[in-house]
Amino acid sequence: MIVIGERLNGMFKDVGKAIVEGDPAVIRDLAQRQLDAGANVLDVNVGPTAEDAVGAMKWLVETIREVTEAPLAIDSTKFDVVRAGVERAGPTSMINSTPGDEARLDRYMPLAAEFGCDIIALTIDEKGIPRDANGRMEIAMRIVEKAMLNGVDLERIYIDPVIIPCNVPDAGHHPGEVLETIRQVKLISDPPPKTTLGLSNVSQGTSERHLINRTYLVMCLAAGLDSAIVDPLDTELMNAVTTAELLMNQSVYCDDFLRAHRR
Amino acid sequence: MAFDMPTERWSGKLNTVTIGAGTRTSTVTVGGAATLPFLRFEAEMPSAPAVAMEVLDEPLDDLPASLAEQLGDVVSDPAAWAKKCVESFGADLICLRFVGANPEGKDKSPEDCKAVLQSVLQAVGVPLIIWGCGNYEKDNNLIPVLSQAAAGERCVLGSAVQDNYKTIAACSLADGHLVIGEAPLDIQIQKQVNILLTDMGVSPDNIIMYQTTGGLGYGVEYAYSIMERTRLAALSGDKMMSMPMLAVVGSECWKTKEARLPESVAPEWGDAAVRGPLWEATTANLFLHGGTDILVMWHPQAVAQVKKTVAELSGEGA
Repeated sequence: MIVIGERLNGMFKDVGKAIVEGDPAVIRDLAQRQLDAGANVLDVNVGPTAEDAVGAMKWLVETIREVTEAPLAIDSTKFDVVRAGVERAGPTSMINSTPGDEARLDRYMPLAAEFGCDIIALTIDEKGIPRDANGRMEIAMRIVEKAMLNGVDLERIYIDPVIIPCNVPDAGHHPGEVLETIRQVKLISDPPPKTTLGLSNVSQGTSERHLINRTYLVMCLAAGLDSAIVDPLDTELMNAVTTAELLMNQSVYCDDFLRAHRR
Repeated sequence: MAFDMPTERWSGKLNTVTIGAGTRTSTVTVGGAATLPFLRFEAEMPSAPAVAMEVLDEPLDDLPASLAEQLGDVVSDPAAWAKKCVESFGADLICLRFVGANPEGKDKSPEDCKAVLQSVLQAVGVPLIIWGCGNYEKDNNLIPVLSQAAAGERCVLGSAVQDNYKTIAACSLADGHLVIGEAPLDIQIQKQVNILLTDMGVSPDNIIMYQTTGGLGYGVEYAYSIMERTRLAALSGDKMMSMPMLAVVGSECWKTKEARLPESVAPEWGDAAVRGPLWEATTANLFLHGGTDILVMWHPQAVAQVKKTVAELSGEGA
């Protein structure tokens, strides 16, 4: 699984404070610790606290680049902030994310093409999050079409079927619909787009967040999920991923398979 | 219409390993490949597989005629044997195996073995693979002496196994050598040995993997599939399976009756002088395709054949 580490987000208190105070040590440390824990990509989100979001994104990316050249997922709902981040992060970066409506796909896909970077596209549009897999697939197909029109390699597309918290009333069917979407996305094209998931949303407001996160992640991996935005510092979650990959014959068993994976 | 070769994109690649330093006049670099063997149209394969020729510290009692003819009387003198392998047969490395140290055989002392090693180090400038006798207790006394005698030469020490790896790992760390991690045709144990070695502080870049292979007709298909699976794991990004591989071809092949029996005993099998080397070359060629980086060989004609194959597969003439 491609692990996108979620911890460099201004929503977290330590990161928000570091952004406001301009303290690079906290940022560098979190970048390095996530990579050491198995992150392949680092998500970068300035959060709600920064007044100058563009400036904060530039500072964050530059600060991270002092310690690593690892791919960065530039995470913002604001186009200017994304552009500023991608410009500084270089071609290994990832746009996180564009919604799947016409208007925004028409803005973000050309940006992905311009920088040759990966892009996460959400199956959500002006009507909101679809109720079922069929609705999500309609948007996924629009995403693929827009990618092709803009010359973005389909292997660079990460479709996120958008999971909503499992405790939302009358929404208990969503986890199953997302699983079905993960399966069906692989049938859209050849090569198919990749899939990813902002995982922790599934457990928002619940009492057993870690357990729900890792259980659902393993279910998604079994359905074919390629990537997820997770907290790599959650050791139990990362161990569950390693074990799932082993059980899917994606790695070679040995008695110390957990330690082997962490090397 | 132009033909686009379909290619696979891999996320991992093999470690690059350089053998030889200090007083060695040449070094050997293997590994670094980012694709399956020889698929250079797909991704880089910066180093060609290397051939090590095996030299024993004690002459074999029953050397087959075609080998005896080629090697002549040098087999009683490891230094001369090694020199001939390098100067006449083009060996990239010498694999010096101390069969004579085995307690069930001549039980030679570590000091006697050290003298042999020093004579070989002086006789040739190529890098060395130094292999113990296979008896754990004896090797744990022998390898430290040999390792120290070759300190700084960046030799390869053989071999570390799941039940006996600590001494050899410590020697590699102390004297700057590489280690062979050995497994009994078992990919899971191979990975475990690699982890145990790195637990001891041996860098993954200083490990070479060896699965106990047999000769053609004696399970090579299984060995091939193990090699292929290992390479695929490395290319898929498994860091604990990304070390270059070694295969022992010569001694295994020349155990087989197909390589050994003289024509007088098996006339239907044809000329033994052709058959033996062919048996070894065929085995080696198979392992080349499996992804072996270092072939340990015996017969000069088989060595020549394999070097030719490597050159051809590397696009150097046909």
